[in-house]
Amino acid sequence: MTPPEPYLGVLDHTPVRHHILSVLVENKAGVLARIAGLFARRGFNIYSLAVAPAESNARFSRVTIVVDAESAPLEQIVGQLDKLVNVVAISDIAPKDALERELLLATIQTDVDNRTSLLDIIAEARAAIVDVDAKSVTVMLAATPKGCDDFEKALEAFAAVELHRTGRVALPRLGKMASA
Amino acid sequence: MQITGAQALIKSLEQQGVETIFGLPGGAILPVYDPLIDSTIRHILVRHEQGAGHMAEGYALATGRPGVAMVTSGPGATNIVTPIGNAHMDSTPLIVITGQVASASIGTDAFQECDITGITMGITKHNFLVKSAQEIPRAVAAAFHLATTGRPGPVLIDVPKDLAQSMMDWWYPTTIEEYDLPGYRPEVALDEEAVARAVQLISQSERPVLYVGGGTLKSHASRELLAFAERTRMPVVTTLMARGAFPDSHEQHLGMPGMHGMYSAVTAIQRSDLLISLGARFDDRVTGKIPTFAAGAKVIHVDIDKAEFNKVRIADVAIQSNVASALRALDAASAAPQNLDVWWKEIRSWQEQYPLVYDEPLAAGPLRPQHVIEAIARDAEPGTIVTSGVGQHQMWASQFWKFEEPGTWINSGGAGTMGFGVPAAIGAKVGRPDRTVWCIDGDGCFQMTAQELVTARAEGIPIKVAILNNAYLGMVRQWQEMFYDERYSEVYLSADLPDYVKWAEAMGCVGLRATNVKEMRDVIDEANSINDVPVVIDFRTDSSEKVFPMVAAGASNDDIVVHPSQRGGAK
Repeated sequence: MTPPEPYLGVLDHTPVRHHILSVLVENKAGVLARIAGLFARRGFNIYSLAVAPAESNARFSRVTIVVDAESAPLEQIVGQLDKLVNVVAISDIAPKDALERELLLATIQTDVDNRTSLLDIIAEARAAIVDVDAKSVTVMLAATPKGCDDFEKALEAFAAVELHRTGRVALPRLGKMASA
Repeated sequence: MQITGAQALIKSLEQQGVETIFGLPGGAILPVYDPLIDSTIRHILVRHEQGAGHMAEGYALATGRPGVAMVTSGPGATNIVTPIGNAHMDSTPLIVITGQVASASIGTDAFQECDITGITMGITKHNFLVKSAQEIPRAVAAAFHLATTGRPGPVLIDVPKDLAQSMMDWWYPTTIEEYDLPGYRPEVALDEEAVARAVQLISQSERPVLYVGGGTLKSHASRELLAFAERTRMPVVTTLMARGAFPDSHEQHLGMPGMHGMYSAVTAIQRSDLLISLGARFDDRVTGKIPTFAAGAKVIHVDIDKAEFNKVRIADVAIQSNVASALRALDAASAAPQNLDVWWKEIRSWQEQYPLVYDEPLAAGPLRPQHVIEAIARDAEPGTIVTSGVGQHQMWASQFWKFEEPGTWINSGGAGTMGFGVPAAIGAKVGRPDRTVWCIDGDGCFQMTAQELVTARAEGIPIKVAILNNAYLGMVRQWQEMFYDERYSEVYLSADLPDYVKWAEAMGCVGLRATNVKEMRDVIDEANSINDVPVVIDFRTDSSEKVFPMVAAGASNDDIVVHPSQRGGAK
C-alpha cells in the first residue's frame, strides 16, 4: 500500500468564501496567540491576517483577518472572537462592500534582454521600483488582492528571487457601514 | 503605603471577600505564602493541586461565590489544568493563582518554569501574566469581575516570583473602568423585539417544553422558573447541570433529559412543538443525533453567551440575556401557550408506562447501586449536598436522588472528570459547613483523588463518601457489554484491592463496608451518626448493573432503550 499524500489543508482561494473581519484589539502581549489559538481550536480557517497599531493610539491594534466563511458560520466566528476579553470591537465587512488593499514586494533577476519588457509590466501595473542593481530589480505594488494576483502572474515570466505579500487590509466603502 | 506584591495579592483577595483558599505552596509562590500567615483568609492545604482546583469548584457550586485556588509554577500549575478545563466546560467561577519563575527567567526553561498562560489560553475565560507589582490589585479585581459576570468561568493569574517580592504603592480599583477591560461587555439590553416574537411562538404552542440548563442555576433564576412554569403549566426538564433548579417533587418536573434521561423527559422533547432553552447549550449528551433532535419543534434560545446561538441548533428566536431577566420579561408580557391538557395527558401516559425502575434488591447482596442511593437519600436531611465523580454512579445519583433546591447537586458535566467527587465534596462542605455533604462515588473515581481525604481529616471537614464498588470502570464496562460484544478490555479493578476500609482508616477517616441489605442500612445509620470525621463506605454492588434508560452515542433520542423489564410492550 502506498502511503497517503500529506494533508495540505483545504484552503480554497475562491474569494466568494472569504469574509473580512476588522478587529480592534488591546495592544497586549499574547493577543495574537489568543486569536490564532481560538481559530485553531474551533476549526476556523484564516486566509490572511495583518496586524498594526491602530489609529495613532498605542493602546489598541487593528487586526484584519480574512476568514474562510465556509469553514464555519460567520456568526460563530464573530461570536467566539467577541468573547476574547482583549477584543474590543469587530467590524464585519462583506466582500462587495470592502475596499481592500495589499502590498507586494518582489525582487526579480533581469538582464539587458528582458529589462524592457519587465519595465513595461511594472508601468502597466503601476508598480514602483524601489531598488536596483546590475542583475536585479526590487518592485513594490500596492493594489487590490486581484491586482496583486495579476501582477504576480505577470512576473512568472521572469526569475523571481523573492516575493512577499502582506495579506490584505480593508475598510468599508464610503456609505457602506460595517456591521459591528 | 508601600507593601510587597505578595502582600498586595493577599490584601486584594481580602478586598474581594475571599474567606478560603485551597492550595499547596512551592518555590515560585513562596513569597505569597508568607503574608498568608497574617491574613484572615483560611488556607486549606491539599495533597495534590488537582484537589485544590476541584475543591474550589465544589465551593463555588455550593455557595454561588467564586472558588479560589493557589499553586506554584511548573508542575503545580500543570496539575491544576484539569480543574481549570472542568470549570471552563461547566462555566464555574474559579480563580486560580499560579506562581511563576522570576520575570528575568521567563523563557529560559528555568527550574519549574512552564507557560501556564499559554497552556490555559483555550480553557480559561481569560488569564493574566502580571507584568509589575503595581498591577496585582487590578489583575485580582478584573479576574473576579470576569469570573463572576456574564457567562462565568475560570480566570488564571500568573505571578512571577520577583514581582511578589518587590515593593508597590497599595491601591485598589474602585470602578469598573479601573479594571481596564475595554473589550468586556457581559450584559446587553434585553431585545424587546425578540421577547415579543418569543411570546408569539409561545402563544401558538400546544406542546411546549422548558429545557432548563446550568445557566438557570448560574443566574439564580429558580424562583423565576417556578413562577413561569406554574403560571404557564409547561412541563420542565432539567439537564445534568441544572439538577436542583426546579424541585424534583414538582408535578410538572419530568426529570433529566439526554443519554440517561427519563423516558418521559426525552420523549416530551422529541414530540414537542416548542423548546424553550433556558441557559442550556444543546450538548450532544442531550441531543443525541442532532438532525432528529426535537425535529418538529421551534426553538426559543435564552443564553447570556451569544456564541451559543445557532452553534448546534438554529434558534427561531434568540434572546441574549441571563435566564432570570428573560423569564421576568416573558412573564411581564403574559406569555402563555395553548391549552396543554392533551399534551399533559400524553406525557402522563409515558410517565406511567416508563417510570424509573431497577431490579428487585437481593437481601443477601450484591447490592443494587440504585437501592443504595435511594437508601442514603431517604435518611438524608433536606438540603443535603450531593457530589459525584463521573460514570454510572453519577447517572444513578442524578436519576435516583431527589433534588429540591439549587446548589445541592455538584458534578462534572461537560468535561466528565473522573475523581471530581471527593475534592468537590470537601470544597462544598467548607463553603456550606451547615449542610451534610455526601459524595456518591465509583471505585474507579475514588482511586483518582482519594488522597484528599487526608486533607479533609487534617482540616476537620467531615464529608461522607459512598463508594459504589462494582470492581469495574462501570460505564466503560457497560459500553463494552452493549456495543463491543461483551469483550471487556481493561475495565476490571477488583473489589478488594485496595482495601477501601483500611485505606480510609489510614487516612484518619472512619471506614465501613456493606455487602448485603441489612449491612447497608446499618452503615448508613452509622455514617449519619458521625459528624466529626470523614466517613467512607465501601458498598459492594452488582457489577452487571447498567444505567437505563439509554440512548446510544450518536443514536436518535427516538431510539431510547428502556430497562429490560419494560421492553416488549408497545413503545
